[in-house]
Amino acid sequence: MGETGILAALPMNEFVFFINKGLLAGLIIGSVYALGAVGVTLIAGILRFSHFPHGDMMTAGAFFALILTAIFPTAGALIGLPTPFVLMPIAMAITALFAIGIDRVFYKPLRTANVKPIVIVMASIGVMLMMQGLIRLFGGTEARQMEAGSKDIYKIPFGGRDIILTEPQLLLILFTAAVVVALHFFLTRSRMGKAMRAMADNADLARISGISTDHVVRTTWVIAGSLAAAAGTLLALDVSLKPDLSFNALLPIFAAAIVGGIGKPFGAIAGGLLVGFTETLAVFNWSVLLRPLQPFMPEWLELPQKLAFVPTEYKIVIPFFILIAVLIWRPTGIFKGSLVK
Amino acid sequence: MITYRTRALLMISGTAVLVALVFAWLGAAYGVRMLVEASCFALIALGLTIQWGYAGLFNVGVMGFIATAAFVSMLVSYPVNGLFWNSAGPAMLGRVGLYLVIGVALTFAASQTHLLGLPKKYRTLVTLIVGAATYLAVTSALDPAASLIEAEARFVGGFGMPVWLGWLLGGIAAGGLGWAMGRITLGLRADYMAIATLGISEIVKAFLKNADWLTKGTLTVSPLPWPVPTPTELGFVMSRASYLAVTATLIVVFYVLLERAWASPWGRMMRAIRDNELSAAAMGKDVNRRRLEMMVLGNFIIGIGGAALVTFSTIFDPASFQPLNHTFLIWVMVILGGAGNNLGTILGALLVYIVWIMSEPAALFLFDHGATLANQLFGWEAPADLATRALQMRVFVIGLVITLVLRFAPQGLLPEKVVKYE
Repeated sequence: MGETGILAALPMNEFVFFINKGLLAGLIIGSVYALGAVGVTLIAGILRFSHFPHGDMMTAGAFFALILTAIFPTAGALIGLPTPFVLMPIAMAITALFAIGIDRVFYKPLRTANVKPIVIVMASIGVMLMMQGLIRLFGGTEARQMEAGSKDIYKIPFGGRDIILTEPQLLLILFTAAVVVALHFFLTRSRMGKAMRAMADNADLARISGISTDHVVRTTWVIAGSLAAAAGTLLALDVSLKPDLSFNALLPIFAAAIVGGIGKPFGAIAGGLLVGFTETLAVFNWSVLLRPLQPFMPEWLELPQKLAFVPTEYKIVIPFFILIAVLIWRPTGIFKGSLVK
Repeated sequence: MITYRTRALLMISGTAVLVALVFAWLGAAYGVRMLVEASCFALIALGLTIQWGYAGLFNVGVMGFIATAAFVSMLVSYPVNGLFWNSAGPAMLGRVGLYLVIGVALTFAASQTHLLGLPKKYRTLVTLIVGAATYLAVTSALDPAASLIEAEARFVGGFGMPVWLGWLLGGIAAGGLGWAMGRITLGLRADYMAIATLGISEIVKAFLKNADWLTKGTLTVSPLPWPVPTPTELGFVMSRASYLAVTATLIVVFYVLLERAWASPWGRMMRAIRDNELSAAAMGKDVNRRRLEMMVLGNFIIGIGGAALVTFSTIFDPASFQPLNHTFLIWVMVILGGAGNNLGTILGALLVYIVWIMSEPAALFLFDHGATLANQLFGWEAPADLATRALQMRVFVIGLVITLVLRFAPQGLLPEKVVKYE
């Protein structure tokens, strides 16, 4: 039994276990949700519809990176980083173009026909089903490993045990941090960023003050598509590339975007981290952390083997309840996003 | 310009020809089975068409509501499990129920403490703590009960009541779930209903799949009792035909009732709300309340259709509900047939279901031959899971049909009849 080692050791070990399995795991999955949610919130704020194929866009981006890795397997060795990460910018660019193409073919005609926003949501679900079908047709349904080579593992000694972080996880965290900074400067300093914020605030007012709608829409898709590709690639690099990813990530990403407030990219990042942490801590086995306190507890209070708020198989419930709670008590999200009916 | 009548006649005769072809090719037993399933889908599609076509509600969780109704119907109509009733299970479940009732009452009381003068922020805190304590008490009481039932009786079993009662209660349960979803999301962005219903369908599926003590989980419950004599008593064709008689009667009843409702002042108000929400609200119509009515009514019909569909398959398998793919098969039926046109929806359901059923062997045949051909021509080696991949092609086609219909024929094959008042 592997856990007996942990049981017999000092409380410090439990604390490090909590850092590894609780905090770091939450940060990692939260970063993935955050990267996805930025795209969803921008599309919902500027184009005014919920982009359902976002999870599939993540999978598609990861697949582009996988194909590129198969074509240039040695690219990573030149810099000393994993090949898929080195080739990720190309995959991001391809996914961005792909997103613009989908917009041209499927959403733009509906926008110009001035249909109700909900019809575009439905079309986006049609696109989602198409992408899902294509990805599984060409990629199969089973999980794939992104890279055959071994991953670097960093061990940070901390009170006798190691905090463990793999190279892909570190890259993911660093990349998300870089995105936050870049997004901040882009949205507050550049002309295009300001135009995007203006569009999200009031589309008609932005249009009459001379902002090019087409240009803003294209930029939105570039940001959404490339960040989705990055999230998909980095997650696939950390775990594996599963076609199911698209669907499992969808609800947490929507929850993150709504928690953060529609049209607020920083809200989406905070929301993504919030959803990621909540999800991980809800399924975390708190028994491990409380066990050192057992001697100090009263006789009748016996710790069960597993003490989690939610069993792992009900993980999907957590983003949903966050979503429902926000919709009931604060429909604009914690950062006061737009509430367009 | 083809008139409405010609369109309807064309669609009816096209469906009839397809049905005749299936009967001729695959025999009467298969043909009747297909018709029964198609008629259940037609019922579900009727429920969806009034939500979308009459009220503009975007329900993405159809499969979740179907699963709810099918579960309730199974629970009500499945034979009584003596093992469970003789074990300690009922008493333990009773205690869980008691905890739940007390806990909910206490949580509600805690949420009202501001009436006693407690500041708002403490009220929220107290409510949250009481709610969490309730949750922990209920789950910790439920876990031993669940493992005891699984060990001694395998699962709870049913109540052995008539099947029609199961369908009715299943429909009511689906309607109730729809009511809760509507209460939360109506009045917010229209997309929120889509996201929320998608979430609830995932949760219903996760619950039914993992609550082994209630549904046997992946072991599935079968055989579900039928409302009509089973094939062992009457033979396949006759028993399925009598089942078809039941579902067809349901379709006719709901169709007539819905047509009557649509022509009534209530239907006129619904159209007014859908076509111009603002002016309807200005005329004093309670828009969200009316929409909630539609959500509940539509889900009730969806639930009955879903319960009938699952009962017909005689097996309750929570893992078989695919939230997205099957939900959007029904969506294709509705928007292709003509949203807001009951006849169009029923015909659309029959047509789409026949094509869907036939597309499975067709896709396998095409891909198999394509792979052989490619192997002969270029020496291309087909992947081992070609069959599962080929079936994914059907998902692609559903998506393509949705986007194409929305763009080029938003009215569907049989558009909504515009009622004129002279």
